[in-house]
Amino acid sequence: MMRFLLLFSRQGRLRLQKWFTPTPEREKKKIIRDMTTMVLARKPRSCNFLHWRDLKIVYKRYASLYFCLALEDQDNELLALEILHRYVELLDKYFGNVCELDIIFNFEKAYFILDEFLMGGEIQETSKQIVNRSIEASDMLQETMEEYMSKPAF
Amino acid sequence: MPAPIRLRELIRTIRTARTQAEEREMIQKECAAIRSSFREEDNTYRCRNVAKLLYMHMLGYPAHFGQLECLKLIASQKFTDKRIGYLGAMLLLDERQDVHLLMTNCIKNDLNHSTQYVQGLALCTLGCMGSSEMCRDLAGEVEKLLKTSNSYLRKKAALCAVHVIRKVPELMEMFLPATKNLLSEKNHGVLHTSVVLLTEMCERSPDMLSHFRKLVPQLVRILKNLIMSGYSPEHDVSGISDPFLQVRILRLLRILGRSDDDSSEAMNDILAQVATNTETSKNVGNAILYETVLTIMDIKSESGLRVLAINILGRFLLNNDKNIRYVALTSLLKTVQTDHNAVQRHRSTIVDCLKDLDVSIKRRAMELSFALVNGNNIRGMMKELLYFLDSCDPEFKADCASGVFLAAEKYAPSKRWHIDTIMRVLTTAGSYVRDDSVPNLIQLITNSVEMHAYTVQRLYKALLDDISQQPLVQVSSWCIGEYGDLLVSGQCEEEEPIQVTEDEVLDVLEGLLVSNLSTPVTRGYALTAIMKLSTRFSSVNRIKKVVSIYGSSIDVELQQRAVEYNALFKKYDHMRPALLERMPIMEKTATNGPTEIVQTNGETEPSVLDTKHPPPVTQPANQANDLLDLLGGNDVVPVIQTTLPTKPASAGGELLDLLGDLSLTGGPAPAPAPSVPTSQPPFLLDGLSSQPLFNDIAAAGIPPMTAYNKNGLKIEFTFERANPNPNIAVITIHASNSTEADMTDFVFQAAVPKTFQLQLLSPSSNVVPALNQGTVTQVIRVLNPQKQQLRMRIKLTYTHKGSPVQDLAEVNNFPPQSWQ
Repeated sequence: MMRFLLLFSRQGRLRLQKWFTPTPEREKKKIIRDMTTMVLARKPRSCNFLHWRDLKIVYKRYASLYFCLALEDQDNELLALEILHRYVELLDKYFGNVCELDIIFNFEKAYFILDEFLMGGEIQETSKQIVNRSIEASDMLQETMEEYMSKPAF
Repeated sequence: MPAPIRLRELIRTIRTARTQAEEREMIQKECAAIRSSFREEDNTYRCRNVAKLLYMHMLGYPAHFGQLECLKLIASQKFTDKRIGYLGAMLLLDERQDVHLLMTNCIKNDLNHSTQYVQGLALCTLGCMGSSEMCRDLAGEVEKLLKTSNSYLRKKAALCAVHVIRKVPELMEMFLPATKNLLSEKNHGVLHTSVVLLTEMCERSPDMLSHFRKLVPQLVRILKNLIMSGYSPEHDVSGISDPFLQVRILRLLRILGRSDDDSSEAMNDILAQVATNTETSKNVGNAILYETVLTIMDIKSESGLRVLAINILGRFLLNNDKNIRYVALTSLLKTVQTDHNAVQRHRSTIVDCLKDLDVSIKRRAMELSFALVNGNNIRGMMKELLYFLDSCDPEFKADCASGVFLAAEKYAPSKRWHIDTIMRVLTTAGSYVRDDSVPNLIQLITNSVEMHAYTVQRLYKALLDDISQQPLVQVSSWCIGEYGDLLVSGQCEEEEPIQVTEDEVLDVLEGLLVSNLSTPVTRGYALTAIMKLSTRFSSVNRIKKVVSIYGSSIDVELQQRAVEYNALFKKYDHMRPALLERMPIMEKTATNGPTEIVQTNGETEPSVLDTKHPPPVTQPANQANDLLDLLGGNDVVPVIQTTLPTKPASAGGELLDLLGDLSLTGGPAPAPAPSVPTSQPPFLLDGLSSQPLFNDIAAAGIPPMTAYNKNGLKIEFTFERANPNPNIAVITIHASNSTEADMTDFVFQAAVPKTFQLQLLSPSSNVVPALNQGTVTQVIRVLNPQKQQLRMRIKLTYTHKGSPVQDLAEVNNFPPQSWQ
């Protein structure tokens, strides 16, 4: 299973954190620090895999964001690259040419999309269309309520 | 009260902050506003406030005061509220806070909600962060949802079930009935999560594993359909249909086929098909191939298939993509033990990877290269590895050096080659060599008797060049101390002997003593080496002078040594030649080295090459000669070891003190590394170690015996068996004195035959009071792994009525229970 997924910028600012195992707050901060340090220190054309403690770390840079996934020993690293790519595609479809600002200002949407794609450290849905449709339907549910209440969404 | 600012507004504002302090101020202001809003129980804007709080939490600020608010949001009827509430719960709450249990009821209700998206939220939250208590409470609901026909919910329920099983393994049985029809689903999402669920169950329970073996044909069929089916837009990734599902099925097949011939046979065809038909131009195809290779190597596949797998890995090694090369090296490392020959075929490619620019790849290539070294390719491989050692980054040097030593030890074609290789490592990576290599090397050099002259010559020349690398310097000074006479007499056969005078040698050693580059340990080596040369060189006066100067050194260690050596020159000059004699051959019990990661048919275990030994210190041979004289035994190995290099506790004559001290100096540095090869376990000349007594657990009735009874001194042995190791017999000696005068300076020594190991702990005292007024007790532990008959030779020394007494005896009447 995957242990955690982090998104951070070139300057090391955290944009998204998803933890699949219960971790104390202090430990989370330490891990985030370690990951950002390690990944940002990598040379541009190195391979995308690292070893950290007993985990395999797979990272990929998309524009100004680093996507960092931690895997257990028996997980497939090459597939993890595909997982990261799939997530970016989902974000791209939703936001239309997604960029870092989209994720900063709509972080909760990024989480919602992630929660339709992955769950409990495993892949939940392998079809792009189904994930997109679920998100759209949920959004509709949200907006309908808000329209009815004639109040803005938060 | 004005409406709280919107989330996006807040984000924009915070981003305008130019300093950390400014940001902190804004955040604090907003947090205060949010807190008061929470206090007012504002339902309308709670959602907005929690969202803002989550943003601030991501920036690293505390947000715990929002936890209860998340629960209120979850309980709300509005979907927006629930969505943010559940997100907040996943981010802010976890099983460590008691608050999270309050969620259980809400989740239960939401699991039965009419809207599937609400149910989805509940399942997702439970499946991501549900604690064991929550899982126990809600497992029934999850099981129900696992049987629903709604595929959206079914797939989420499956992963939720996986989480429940991980948290509460006992509940696994409960989900068994629901798994019956999971694989007949058409929906890929459900199929995928079902395979994950089945995998989890099979990994956790051997019963489940055998139960699910019957699914192999179905899985094979599904996989086949995926490969053979045409283009499916919904699941296509670069021309491959649902690679995620394919990989997952391959993984389940791996687990099912692992130790089962029938299942493995059923999969052979499909694995071969996947291996040959998968498009390899993109990463996704290679991901599937990688998983296939892992599966082939793990199950009981036929040899043709295994060769195919290794060849795929070999092709990976030549791929331009670094990731694929890395993955290939990792996999080869796992398979090298089981399919050694197949991997050997790719050796040259692997060795080329040593020159790769990528650090991760270099490391893997290095590990794999060491695994591939064998008697046939040692020369060629070592050339490449030494070249790598020269040019690699410092982070590799220690491991590489250790690996080279290990390989050289195992496969060295000749002693000369071995010594040359060691020299090369010491000179190129001398400062990165591990501490425990120094004693290893010294032992190796000592044992290569015919190479002594050559070795000392080369080491001397190396010293002349460079004295900064401590391990090199330590080994060199030790050798010069031992074999200085060969150096000076120019007796080298292997190469052109160099002309060196005694003074030049002493210059070099003295140079080490004064140099800033030398560590205290090195200085100790140098001083001892100089001392040893006093019996090998003729310029004794110079040596005496050096030794006496260091008698007032600030370094306590050096000072102590110098003082003792001075004493050797003065009072004990007659003993000096014997004490400083040439070392005998040291026998090795084990080789130790870096751990290797080995995968044998699917299990990855780090295999430490040998068990750990307590850190012994070898003492100079002269002491051994003395004991040999004492015991006159030929079944006794002539090296003694003490277990602790601490200053001896007991008295026992100046001779023992001196020897105890020499234990610190004569041998290699007493580094407490757990991987120092020990000499053949002889027996301890002890009375000197101060180890704490362990807990004796008396074994049922082994009768005590009288070991010695002469001149009023009686020594009795009582027995116990040490727990937990039944091979260790614990003997307590009781010494009593029936004469009218005390026996003072009492020292008890013992020796046992080679197959035993003996350890003597501190005596209770060294005065045996007269007229049986008291006893001196001492504990002996004897390790008897071969269950041989216990025999012992003992030596007693004491002072009685002013005159020293010494006696030897043999103890043969051990009761059988003590050694059986």
